[in-house]
Amino acid sequence: MSQSMTLVTNEPFAARRAAPAGKHVLLGRAMLAFATVAFLAVLALQSLDAMGVTALGFESWRPLLYVYLIWAAVFGVSQVMIRGEAGERAAFILPAVLFTVAMVIFPTIFGLYIAFTDWNLSAVEGRRFNGLDNLRTLLADAYFWNALLNMVYYVLAVLIQYAIAFGLALLLNAEIKARKFFRVAFLLPLMLSPVAVSWMIGKSLMEYRFGPAATLARYLGWDNPAFFSTPWLARLSIMAMDAWVSIPFMMVLLLAGLQALPAEIKEAARVDGATGWQSFKEITFPLMLPVSMTALILRIIFELKLADIVINVTAGGPGGATDTVSSFIFREYRDRSNVGYGTMLAEVYLVIIIVFVALILKWASRWMQRTN
Amino acid sequence: MSTAHEAIRPETPARLSFAVPGFMTRSMLIYAALVFWAFVSLFPIYWTVTTSFKTAVNVTQGHLIPFVDFTPDWKGWRSLGLSPDTIFEQSTVRDEFIRRFFNSIVASAGASLLAVIIGSLAAYGLSRFSYKFLWMRNKDISFFFLSQLILPPVVLAMPFLVLYKQLMLLDSLVGLILVYTLMVLPIVIWIMRDQFDTIPLELEQAALVDGCSIWGAFLRIVVPIALPGMVAAFILSVILCWNEYFFAALLTSTDAKTLPVMVASQTGSQGINWWSMAAIASAAILPLVLIGIFLERYIVKGLTAGAVK
Repeated sequence: MSQSMTLVTNEPFAARRAAPAGKHVLLGRAMLAFATVAFLAVLALQSLDAMGVTALGFESWRPLLYVYLIWAAVFGVSQVMIRGEAGERAAFILPAVLFTVAMVIFPTIFGLYIAFTDWNLSAVEGRRFNGLDNLRTLLADAYFWNALLNMVYYVLAVLIQYAIAFGLALLLNAEIKARKFFRVAFLLPLMLSPVAVSWMIGKSLMEYRFGPAATLARYLGWDNPAFFSTPWLARLSIMAMDAWVSIPFMMVLLLAGLQALPAEIKEAARVDGATGWQSFKEITFPLMLPVSMTALILRIIFELKLADIVINVTAGGPGGATDTVSSFIFREYRDRSNVGYGTMLAEVYLVIIIVFVALILKWASRWMQRTN
Repeated sequence: MSTAHEAIRPETPARLSFAVPGFMTRSMLIYAALVFWAFVSLFPIYWTVTTSFKTAVNVTQGHLIPFVDFTPDWKGWRSLGLSPDTIFEQSTVRDEFIRRFFNSIVASAGASLLAVIIGSLAAYGLSRFSYKFLWMRNKDISFFFLSQLILPPVVLAMPFLVLYKQLMLLDSLVGLILVYTLMVLPIVIWIMRDQFDTIPLELEQAALVDGCSIWGAFLRIVVPIALPGMVAAFILSVILCWNEYFFAALLTSTDAKTLPVMVASQTGSQGINWWSMAAIASAAILPLVLIGIFLERYIVKGLTAGAVK
């Protein structure tokens, strides 16, 4: 995806107008300065009020939100006035940047602060700074490490999903009738909400007494088909549900990759007398490596957020065997109102994810270079 | 890049040759596998929809085929107030359901619209101009947006909970729309940048020579061409937002609760009230099944944008 960046060129859009005249620049600067001062003033007033220094009686921090919106708008307009066409260009990207900064950077910093406090919403004391205590609790928290280990299993299961998805993509790419029907049918699970899937499959199809899956299992000679009774069985059941939902995603990517392959290459292989398996192993699979990498990396990134199905089917049980880090933190907040500790868990998990994904990306790009 | 979109269409099937002797056997194997997976994909949906028409006996005895195994009954839909005999009567469950349904529509459509607008603008800027902000150039800015994909919801959930409380955005659709916009923005930017990269520069150059401003050229020339991509991004965003559960469960309680939260709360509380659960689940997935059947092209287009080169 980053190759396209090289397409960026300025030549056809070289600034045609000179920088705007002095009047506009001055007005723009004045507007920006005024908006900034107003923003800072409201921020200061609200902070003072919140600390109890003044008694202006703000009901909430809403005013600050409105001032930020106004400031953002003025900032955009003033950029155009001050910098002319360069400002017009900047105006394309400004809304997204300002939005993301407000929605991510600030909450993340705030989250870091919460992570170092002892803050239980149901307790009376309120927020209390407790330094590294949360981190110490985390290191000793067997359930967290257990959830992290489960994430390893879930991520490894992505490889199996990949194999199945590749098989399905090959099937759909073959000369078949009713291709449209099969494509839509295979794609449908991806569209369904994980919560609905939790009920449809986890709580009714796999239900111990009446579920068709249990009935089928009994018919096949498994006396006691309780899909969520033992740790590994429960984990495999969750993996199966997750696979059902997410295989179509990789399948769609791989199918698009297969259809983009030049037909001549396969034709040549067939003329040379390669068998189906040989031509797959020697030609199709190597040519599909870039697409495969993209599909796998995207899937792994999404897999790391797995939570909905676990929360709704097993709530982490039995004994934390199916817990993902996300579902564990979700319960830490929902059931124990433990905001401080839960946030610390989340921040540590974020660091682990960033390191992990960075390593994968690095490894993937190095590996791709070597094979090319 | 353009080949990726072209290629999704099935007109040019490549040969899949297994080393199984005899043409019939091979194609039979392929069809057997296809039918098997179609069954795996569709049976849970079939099961859910039929169960919503079952009575308790039919559930416990495992009857599967309507009119053959069991006589369909409106029981599940009656409990929702949506069966033919209850549709005109008062029903608190139905009112509740319709409110959740409406909330889901507003939240997902609103967030997707906002994300497509600001995402398309950013994607166009990143595709056409070179920016420099402090040390960040286009590549870094793109990475900044895309890296939001990695961020798991749990990291933002609790700061958002506290901040929203302060901003009085808790349990409001506006708050939910903002979170969902944040969630789908990286995907929209990814899809749209791929779209804009495939549009030749000559068209805009001509417009600029004719005296259009940059924004004029964008709105009049580029947007109409990129519209299919925007639709794809919009539909994909709607699906993601419609299915979102994590933030909805944490940030909403009574007013702004969405459909997935309602479905989830039913599973917890009622034990196995199969028919009504099946009816709610069916109603919750119905819009998505329809989108999947009729707008499959756009979904595939959105999913594969930028991923297949």
